[in-house]
Amino acid sequence: MTAATTTPTPPRTGPRAAIAAKTLRKDRWRLEPTAYAILFLLFVGYVAWAAWENADYYARPYLSPLYSPCLASICANVRAGSHIVHPPRVGFIGTWWAVSPALLALIIPGGLRTTCYYYRKAYYRAIWRAPQACGVAEPHRRYTGETRFPLILQNLHRLFFILALLVNGVLTWDAFESFRWPGGWNMGVGSIILTLNAALLWMYSLSCHSCRHIIGGRLKHFSRHPVRFWLWGVVSKLNQSHMQIALVSMVWVALTDLYIRMVAVGWIPNPRFF
Amino acid sequence: MSYDLTLNIWRGDANGGDFAEYVVPAEEGQVVLDAVHRAQATMANDLAVRWNCKAGKCGSCSAEINGRPRLMCMTRLSSLPQGEPVTITPLRTFPIIRDLVTDVSFNYERAKQVPAFTPTAEQPQAPFTMHQVDVQRSQEFRKCIECWLCQNVCHVIRDHEENKEHYAGPRFFIRYAELDMHPNDALDRKEFVQDVQGLGYCNITKCCTEVCPESIKITDNAIIALKERVVDAKYDPVVRFFRRRRPRSASSE
Repeated sequence: MTAATTTPTPPRTGPRAAIAAKTLRKDRWRLEPTAYAILFLLFVGYVAWAAWENADYYARPYLSPLYSPCLASICANVRAGSHIVHPPRVGFIGTWWAVSPALLALIIPGGLRTTCYYYRKAYYRAIWRAPQACGVAEPHRRYTGETRFPLILQNLHRLFFILALLVNGVLTWDAFESFRWPGGWNMGVGSIILTLNAALLWMYSLSCHSCRHIIGGRLKHFSRHPVRFWLWGVVSKLNQSHMQIALVSMVWVALTDLYIRMVAVGWIPNPRFF
Repeated sequence: MSYDLTLNIWRGDANGGDFAEYVVPAEEGQVVLDAVHRAQATMANDLAVRWNCKAGKCGSCSAEINGRPRLMCMTRLSSLPQGEPVTITPLRTFPIIRDLVTDVSFNYERAKQVPAFTPTAEQPQAPFTMHQVDVQRSQEFRKCIECWLCQNVCHVIRDHEENKEHYAGPRFFIRYAELDMHPNDALDRKEFVQDVQGLGYCNITKCCTEVCPESIKITDNAIIALKERVVDAKYDPVVRFFRRRRPRSASSE
């Protein structure tokens, strides 16, 4: 395949219509970016607090998704004295990690969501205001988009997506483990919450634009790959709801942590159904 | 039922201008272009406005209605806030010629830079044998009527004139996507569209998709698809690893 090498000619320019107003929109265009800004700040604030807390993230048999996979040795402290129902993952990183293990566990999910095409749209509008809404002038004097560091790193979304599939596997295992109680198999409210959490995270990952591309989007010939074309169609349908899935799964992760935290500190009981 | 409609139309040229108010009779079912024509016919004979088909297919009557880029012929008066003046301005991103008419030649200059369809060695000339599933993918992009609303609303050039030098804009990204997805095209435009046509400037805020009168999913189906193809070519270490082990032409897939 040969590569295109045309040299562009500079476009013609001239004065634009002299309209001073930054926007002439009359609808409530501030509503959406403001709502997203509040939601994201609340979520990031809660996750930052919960991650830094380094306590109350384990309520037998539930492990908070913010701390999973729990790679640091410090996690052993949490499980010491309790029935260890999870496979031995502790000590993977070593004992040098002295702060919250959530800071390790959140690198991949955080990277995935930060570089996600949907979240990029949302936070570029809500936080960075480039632009706040369509047809509203942005406040920045210069704009280079995703051509330079650090925003060129958004191209690592594919890598985070692949790594996030491994994290989803671990969180699915956590959901499975949430049915294994000290007295045997059982089910609690947390089991349902963790199972839903894993399902939502799988849906979020599989509806992702990178997934859509890898599955079939990169093909030139759909007709030569009927299975991949069919899968591409399925992922494309999921992809249409990517925004909704992204938001629901994000909020659900925080609520899952909150539930486990409240059980861990004893604010609410930890009932089992059977 | 007839009622009085107030239009605030920007009037002027490259030397300056201001809003002029026209109160015109409007009828139920009319569109903004009807009201503008009424003002032109009865009060402002010298009002410059570009239009042609009045059916949303020629892309001529693009303007900004109450601050939102739209086709005047496809914007019903009943869809706008009732009892309030309707503000109509020219496209902001392009140089003004007069009143509602702008110089959109930037887009035609960019169009000239798109490397043409280059057939593969397997099928060097038309007619090409193609399956419907391969054809229909790019048919969505062929719906573009070149109204330039997506180019106008894109903040990369709307708010930063200097970026026009190195940014093609959403309309041309769908053209690049269409060519890159064509089963019989053999030219690799990925690095060209990233490095020369400024794909990296797009931060996928989806305004182009929001304003497209043909409902083309510009961002999801063209721009993100192109960005992912650029990731294949430049940024994905896994793809690069496998490509080194098993070199394969993208056109063969």
